[in-house]
Amino acid sequence: MSTKAKEILTLALIVVFCLVFYIRKVSGGEGIIFSPLVSWLVIAAMIISLLWVLVLTIKGRLISRRVVFVYVGIALALPLFMPFSQKIPISPEVQALYDSVKTLKPGSKVLISFDYDPPSAPELQPMAESFIRLCFERDLKVIIMGLWPQGPQQANMALEKVLSDDKMKAKNLKYGEDYVNLGFQTGNEFVIQRMGTSFESMFPTDYRGTSYDSLPLVRNVKNFSNIEYSFNLSAGFPGSVEWVQIAVDRYGVQLGLGNTAVQAPQMYTYLNAGQVTGILGGMNGGAEFESLCHYKGKATKYMLSQSFSHMIVIAFIIIGNVAYFLSGRKSALKKK
Amino acid sequence: MEHFSLWLAAFLTLGIISFLYKDNAWYKLTEAIFVGLSAGYWFVALFWDNFYGKFWIGKDEHLYLYVGAFLGLLMLLRLIPKIGWISRWPLSFIVGATSGLWLINYFSSNIMKQVQATIMPLFSTQYGAGFNAEPATIIGNLVIVFGTFTGLVYFFFSKEHKGAFGYTAKMGIWVIMITFGASFGYTVMSRMSLFIGRIDFLLGEWLGMIL
Amino acid sequence: MRREIPLIITGVVGVGFLIQYFIPHAPFSYMSDWFSDWFSIVGACAIVLGALNLLKISAQKAIKRKKDWVYSLVIIASFLLIVIVGLLEGKDFRVAGTNFDWLYNYMYIPLSATMFAILAFFVASASYRAFRARNFEATLLLVAAFFVMLGRVPVGDVISNFMPEGWRLSNLASWVMNYPQSAGQRAIMIGIGLGIVSTSLRVILGIERSHIGGGK
Repeated sequence: MSTKAKEILTLALIVVFCLVFYIRKVSGGEGIIFSPLVSWLVIAAMIISLLWVLVLTIKGRLISRRVVFVYVGIALALPLFMPFSQKIPISPEVQALYDSVKTLKPGSKVLISFDYDPPSAPELQPMAESFIRLCFERDLKVIIMGLWPQGPQQANMALEKVLSDDKMKAKNLKYGEDYVNLGFQTGNEFVIQRMGTSFESMFPTDYRGTSYDSLPLVRNVKNFSNIEYSFNLSAGFPGSVEWVQIAVDRYGVQLGLGNTAVQAPQMYTYLNAGQVTGILGGMNGGAEFESLCHYKGKATKYMLSQSFSHMIVIAFIIIGNVAYFLSGRKSALKKK
Repeated sequence: MEHFSLWLAAFLTLGIISFLYKDNAWYKLTEAIFVGLSAGYWFVALFWDNFYGKFWIGKDEHLYLYVGAFLGLLMLLRLIPKIGWISRWPLSFIVGATSGLWLINYFSSNIMKQVQATIMPLFSTQYGAGFNAEPATIIGNLVIVFGTFTGLVYFFFSKEHKGAFGYTAKMGIWVIMITFGASFGYTVMSRMSLFIGRIDFLLGEWLGMIL
Repeated sequence: MRREIPLIITGVVGVGFLIQYFIPHAPFSYMSDWFSDWFSIVGACAIVLGALNLLKISAQKAIKRKKDWVYSLVIIASFLLIVIVGLLEGKDFRVAGTNFDWLYNYMYIPLSATMFAILAFFVASASYRAFRARNFEATLLLVAAFFVMLGRVPVGDVISNFMPEGWRLSNLASWVMNYPQSAGQRAIMIGIGLGIVSTSLRVILGIERSHIGGGK
C-alpha cells in the first residue's frame, strides 16, 4: 500500500473513531474510567515498551521522533481515564501566598491582573478560578484588569465558572459592587506606572464602557494606596517582573504571583528578597492552591497526566544516556 | 450550533496537531487563520479599550491625550515609504521612555534589592541573636550568598579565569547549571501542561470520553 | 535634523522619567503621567501598524501570486472577519454570548492554545536525542532537572515515601528552587540588570543610535 493510501486510510479511521464517540456522547454516553487492574496493565505495557526502546537505542537504532510523540500523547491522555488520586504536597511558597490572603479583612480590595492568553490557560486559569473563589468566600472585593488583551476575557470565563457555583449564587454578588472588570490597556509597564497616580486615567471605563466613577466599587479607588492586596497571573511580558518593579518596589503594594512554569523559576529571587508574598508556579502550584482552598479543580484533575508525562521524559533522557555511555564504552574497548 | 462549534474547534485543533506528522495543507490553512485572527483580535481590543475609552468618553482635561494621538498617527506613516522617516519621532519617544523607566526599575529592583537580600545573616534568624537557625536554613543561606557571588564571578570576563579566580568561576558554573536544570524541569512541566488542556478539550468536551 | 530631533526626544523623555522617580511632584509628576498616557496610545498605534503591515504584505503576496498565495487570502479574510464582528459588537464585545465571544472560544482559543501545546512533543523528542551527560556540568544540570521534575509532581513523594519527612523529593525540590536555583537566578538577574542599566544610559545619552535606523 502506498504512503498516500495509508495516510488516507488512517485519516478515515480517525474520522470514524471521532464520529462514533461523538454520537455516543450526544446519545447520553458517560465518560470512560479504567478499572485499577486495566490501569496497572496499561502502565505495565508502557514500561515493557520503554524497555524495548532502550534495547533498540543501545543497538544504535534511535527510534523515530513520531514514536516519541506517540509515547508523549499516551502519557498525557491515558491517565485522564485512570481512577487514581494523589496526595498533593504543599510547598512553602504556595502556603505563604494562601496565608497572606487569609490575613485580609472582609471588604478589602484585591486587584487581580490577568496577564496571559489562551495558550497559558491550562496552567493559569485554575489558579484564577480558585483565587477568585477564595476572595469571594472571604468577602473580599475583586478588581480585575489586564495588561494582555485576552486577559479580561479569560477573567470573564473564570468569573462565570466561579459564580455558577451554588455557594457563590447564595452570596448574591453584584457586578460593580463586589467585583469589577476594568478591561485591558496597552502600554505594558507604563500602565502600572500610571496606575500609581490614577487608576481612572488608565481605565476611564470598565470593559463594557461604563464610566469609572459610576462604579461603586472603584469610585473611591484613586491609586495603589487604596488597594490592600494584588495578585498577578502572568505568562511573560508584561507581567510579574513589571508588577514587582513598579507596584511593589515603588508603590509598596502587597503582591502575590501566579506564573506559568516557564516564568516561575525567575520569580524565586523576588520571593527570597521579600518582594512578593508567595508564588503559584505552574500547574502543580495551581493544584496545591486548590488543595489549600479545599476545591478539586482542573489543576488537581490534570496532575496524574503531569506525573506520567514527566516520567516519560525522564525515561527517554535516561534511555538516551544509557545508550550513549554503553556505545562510548564499546568504542573505547574496540580502540584497545 | 453547538455541534458545529465543537467540530469547528476540533477541526482547527487537529489541523495544528497534524504538523507533528508532517507539514501539510491542513496545518497551513489553520496557521493562516490563526495569524489573521490574532492580528484582528489585537486590533479590536485596541480600538475599544484604548482609543474609544480615551477619546470618545474622555473629559475636557484630557486634551493633552491628543498629543499622544498625533504621535501615534506619525507612527502609522511608516507604511508610506517616502515619508516613513517621520515614524522615527514616536519610535524615539518609545525608546526614550522605556530606557528611562527601565534604567531606574532594573537598578532598583533587579540589582539593589537583590544585593541587599544577598547580604544576610548566615547563622542566625535575627540580628545579633547568635546561632539559632535550623541547619537547613544555615546551609541554604550559605548557598545563596556563595552561589550568587560565584555566579557573578563567572560572568566577569575582564579578568582571565585562572587560579583562585578560575576555581571561583568554576563553582559559579555549577550553580548556574543547577539553575538551568531547574528551569529545564519547569519548562517540561509547562509544555506538558499546555497539551493536557487540549487533550481535555478533545477527549472530554468534544468526544465525551473523559469525565 | 532628521537624526537630531529623534535623539533629542529620546534624551528628554528618558531624563524626564529619571527625574520623576526622585522628584515625584509637579511639574515632573505631570510629565510622568502625560508621557505614560502618550506611551499607551503610541504603543497601541505601533501594534496597529504591525497589523496593517501584515495586511499589506499578504495583499502583495496574493496579487503577485507568489508561493502559497492562497493562504495570504485566508489571513486577510480571517482578519477582516474578526475585525468587522468586533467593531459591530460595540464596547461590550467581550461579553459572553456575543459573536466575538464565539469566535474567541471556538476559533481563537483552539488555534492559539494548540499552537503552543505541540511544543510538549518537541521537548520530549529533543531530550531523547540531544540531552547527554557528557561532562560534570551537564550531569549537574540533568540531576537538578530530575529532582525538580519528580519533586514538583505528586509521584515524587510516592517514589521517595521511604525517606524521612524533610528528605522526600518534594522537599528537596523546594530546597533546590529556593536556594541554589535562586542563587544562580540572582547572579543572572544582576548581570542582566547591569547590562540593561548601561544600555539604557547609552540610549538616553545618544551614544546608542540603532533605534533611529540607517540612512537619512
